[in-house]
Amino acid sequence: MATPVAPPKTRMPETPTPDLSPETQLELYWQMLRSRRLDERAWTLHRQGKIAFHISALGQEATQAGAAFALRRGHDYVLPYYRDLTLMLCLGFSAREFCLSLFGKQGEVTSGGRQMPAHFGLRRANVVGTSAPVATQVSHAAGVALAIKLRGDDRVALTCLGEGATSQGEWYEALNWAAIHRLPFICLVQNNAYAISEPVEREMAVPNVADRAAAFGMPGVMMDGNDVLAVYRVMKEAVDRARAGHGPTLVEAKTYRLTPHSSDDDDRSYRSREEVELWKKRDPILRLRQSLEAAGLLSRSRQDELEARAIAEVEDAVKFAQEAPYPDVASAATGVYAPAEQEG
Amino acid sequence: MSTNVIMPQLGESVVEGTVSKWLKREGDPVKEFDPILEVNTDKVDTEIPSPAAGVLLKVLVPEGTTVKAGTVLALIGQAGEAPDENGHQEPVRQSIGEPALAGPNGQPQRAAPTPALARAASPPRRDLGFISPVVAKLAEEHHLDLQLVTGSGQGGRITKKDVLAFVEAQSVPAGQAHPAQAEVPQHETQSELPPWEKPGEGDLFRPTELQFGVGQPGQILGAARETPRASEQPASTDDSIPVEGMRKLIAEHMVHSERTAPHVTTVFEADLSAVLAHQAGHAAEFARDGATLTLTAYFVAAAVAALKAVPIINSQWAEDRILLKREINIGLAVALEEGLIVPVIQRADEKSLLGLAREINDLARRSRARALKPDEVQGGTFTLTNHGVSGSLFATPIINQPQTAILGAGVMQKRVVVINDAIAIRPMIYLTLTFDHRVLDGAVADRFMGKLKEALEGWR
Amino acid sequence: MAEMTLIDAIRQGLDEELARDDRVFITGEDVGKRGGVFRATQGLFDKYGPERVIDSPLAEMSIVGVGIGAALYGLRPVCEIQFADFIHPAFNQIVNEAAKMYYRTNGEWTVPLVIRAPYGGGISGGLYHSQSVEAFFAHVPGLKVVIPSSPADAKGLLKSAVRDPNPVLFFEPKKGYRLIKGQVPEGEYTVPIGPAQVTRAGADLSVFAYGMMHYYCLQAAEKLAAEGVDVEVVDLRTLYPVDKPAILASVRKTGKALVVYEDNLTMGYGAEVAAIIADEAFTSLDAPVKRLAAPDVPGVPFSHPMQDWYMLNPEKIAGAMRELAAY
Repeated sequence: MATPVAPPKTRMPETPTPDLSPETQLELYWQMLRSRRLDERAWTLHRQGKIAFHISALGQEATQAGAAFALRRGHDYVLPYYRDLTLMLCLGFSAREFCLSLFGKQGEVTSGGRQMPAHFGLRRANVVGTSAPVATQVSHAAGVALAIKLRGDDRVALTCLGEGATSQGEWYEALNWAAIHRLPFICLVQNNAYAISEPVEREMAVPNVADRAAAFGMPGVMMDGNDVLAVYRVMKEAVDRARAGHGPTLVEAKTYRLTPHSSDDDDRSYRSREEVELWKKRDPILRLRQSLEAAGLLSRSRQDELEARAIAEVEDAVKFAQEAPYPDVASAATGVYAPAEQEG
Repeated sequence: MSTNVIMPQLGESVVEGTVSKWLKREGDPVKEFDPILEVNTDKVDTEIPSPAAGVLLKVLVPEGTTVKAGTVLALIGQAGEAPDENGHQEPVRQSIGEPALAGPNGQPQRAAPTPALARAASPPRRDLGFISPVVAKLAEEHHLDLQLVTGSGQGGRITKKDVLAFVEAQSVPAGQAHPAQAEVPQHETQSELPPWEKPGEGDLFRPTELQFGVGQPGQILGAARETPRASEQPASTDDSIPVEGMRKLIAEHMVHSERTAPHVTTVFEADLSAVLAHQAGHAAEFARDGATLTLTAYFVAAAVAALKAVPIINSQWAEDRILLKREINIGLAVALEEGLIVPVIQRADEKSLLGLAREINDLARRSRARALKPDEVQGGTFTLTNHGVSGSLFATPIINQPQTAILGAGVMQKRVVVINDAIAIRPMIYLTLTFDHRVLDGAVADRFMGKLKEALEGWR
Repeated sequence: MAEMTLIDAIRQGLDEELARDDRVFITGEDVGKRGGVFRATQGLFDKYGPERVIDSPLAEMSIVGVGIGAALYGLRPVCEIQFADFIHPAFNQIVNEAAKMYYRTNGEWTVPLVIRAPYGGGISGGLYHSQSVEAFFAHVPGLKVVIPSSPADAKGLLKSAVRDPNPVLFFEPKKGYRLIKGQVPEGEYTVPIGPAQVTRAGADLSVFAYGMMHYYCLQAAEKLAAEGVDVEVVDLRTLYPVDKPAILASVRKTGKALVVYEDNLTMGYGAEVAAIIADEAFTSLDAPVKRLAAPDVPGVPFSHPMQDWYMLNPEKIAGAMRELAAY
């Protein structure tokens, strides 16, 4: 009879992580706030009929900002998903660039206007351009991590997806590769409770995505995705592990999608207003604000100043994008193949 | 480079408009923001200002033509500039069929354009050029001397069509007009909620034209009504009034309504003493709050109460189902010199008597001033027509499609009535309900009217 | 010049590229210790080690997905799909990701990836070891699809594929792995991706083919030469992008065109070649454009008489050539 193999622990050992300085905490707050205001404005633009589509990060700002701050931004590779607006802003994607994508204007940095908004990509920040079929980026992240390891570089690959996308076979295959080869790979599952209209119970029979990590042979951790400091702590440990060559981690952030799936979804048919109201009280930005206020780090006037700055940035970005021209339609026929001289 | 004058999207659920009147002619100088044409959508006229200064180089869409939002209507440029007409298409005759009126939740029927077939004939040439396999085969079959056949293909080549045309009488297939359905997006407008809590349509990836109103230049949906050719008009000493604009729309709508719904009318009368007493007691107070309290406000309020009690009246026939409309949006027929218009009180059930009175004042005033917005004549679920203001005792109005019923209020008259076996004089009014017998039957209609009567007679 | 088989030429190409560029690595099922089920990578694991020749899990979707990721990072993966019949789980990654990455990122990200797979029937492989899949991928802008028909071309084209910054599908006619032998130039050389090649000049009719069928067409052409018919044979080699000028030039010369492919007839690759000829060489045509391909049934039957019924061979091809010549 074969000896059963003990599954690895599904929680990571407690290691002390540096606390974030007040400046960094305020910086986190700023990033979350500006993301929120930009996001809200995109909804308004859609309802005004000015843009065709918007898909939102509302409610998930802490998960994304906490993760971003744990990386060496601009150095590590990121393979995001369509909700990762906050993550992108933290990586240097600008409000103006986002608005260009909303309107499909010339200079749209990800795709030259070819892609819908939220198909993020930013070469200068090592963010790989994404598509729409979900979970494909997880395989890519495993591939990037494999390449990093083969080259002996000190980077990590972070990939994000929703809990629904973990139903894809692709996810299993990618995590399998990552575990087999002990790759510098972090998979952050942003469990926001719904895959469009389907709740978590429709996507899995286990209570936590993180519980699946044992099946692959890698650590799995989960945390309150609306507590940005907790997110940071967990992600920092995972990133440091990966960078040190100790292999991949599956991280699950428990959070909540405060808006319908996208600008054309009607969530009244599948969830109650009471549930949404309950989660509004757990708004990550509200929570951080309260804790910063309690610690005396965020005065009323500072808050107002940040608020005003966020709105000003949004106004500028929207105006900029509205006034920008459309791309030359001839460009749609170009850029199908890379020329021979181009090196990857 | 000339500037396009575009047909704007004049309301959230409005996707097209009719050019009713050009205020400038080709060659006229225009300043930026000068009104250059009037556009009509569902009987509401809007002036379109010029997007640029210059000269009106070319008018692309004649008066009376209905086009989609985004269509290029005209070109403005510098004097003497050649107008830049990309893809301009000839308007095509509209087949007479469904009327042009867009119902609140209905789908307007339109004829799609097809370009007129161009036939370029070139003179016959001795060198026949390339004879394609099918031409050779046809020539052999029909024993043709191809030298006799005119070639219309590239370089004067004889085409299959040329051969067939030569063999028999030309029969070029006419363009087929087929109805195109425009999606009319509906947006809820609830104030105070953040935009993501005012749900979208749930309709993913709508056609881009609906989002941005980007139509092709010259894409025309309904053609101008043909002016009758002289040969068709018998010589006559009668006067004639051209049918266009509002009259035309009303005519089409009425015919459509009568043809669609089996109309039945039931007549009730109501004693307005309680209402008059209330009005007398509250008119001053309402006036202070900026509202003239008219009987119409009471009729609307009573209709709302009756609709809530008998919701089947606030509905729409949909072939295999009856749609019970959640909102109660009451249209008010307002008589105008040239016809009538029906502005809608949205969500009348959410308004107090004061709110109703105010809104009725405003809508009536702006109706007469032709200052309604296109959205304001959309979305009605029930209509009230106060034909009594012109002296009518009672009438049998035509249902405002796609609604289920229309309430008529006659003139209020003091009449002799019998109360408790005694003769009394009361201010009475005949109220008629014309309803769609597909949706409901007389007993239900009478129940509604009973509630209406009760509401009016029991006013406190 | 050295004579070698198709599979040897492929292995040599891989070997040389692994040596030349340390960004190149191979992954796929059984490619390492086993040297590949067809021995395409035999000896390479011992020579280059487990970080250059990586045995993958049994997971085609992620063999390609991971390959894409590594290519995004700047490496040059050569991913093997063990049989073209098993490429379908990776279709999403190939068509939605690899093909579109450059275009969708406005040129910022490239996927210099090669996907190799043995394809084709006539080896008693039945429905699931005999498929031709080039039609699915030759339809996708952003991909390149290459099918060699000779050892010299196999090596040269494979080397070009590895060096191409775009995703290249490299389908190898497995029946010809050991059957097709030919001369291969010594030393460093590549064959450019793109141009077709006239492998036999002729005047009476043009036949267009690739892979195993091209090999057979040369044999059929020899038969017809003995009967006084001069057939021009064109090896298409790069299926996408299509070498239109070569195709049209040949048709303009001979006036008659036959397209031969071992895939199902309807909607197969040859259908597009025929359409191109009909569209752009219409006035040169002295006969209808003909296609010769497999019957429209869901796969190559196993039982060998049934397989023979399904598969093309030099006799069937010669028959089609004769008919066209006589038109």
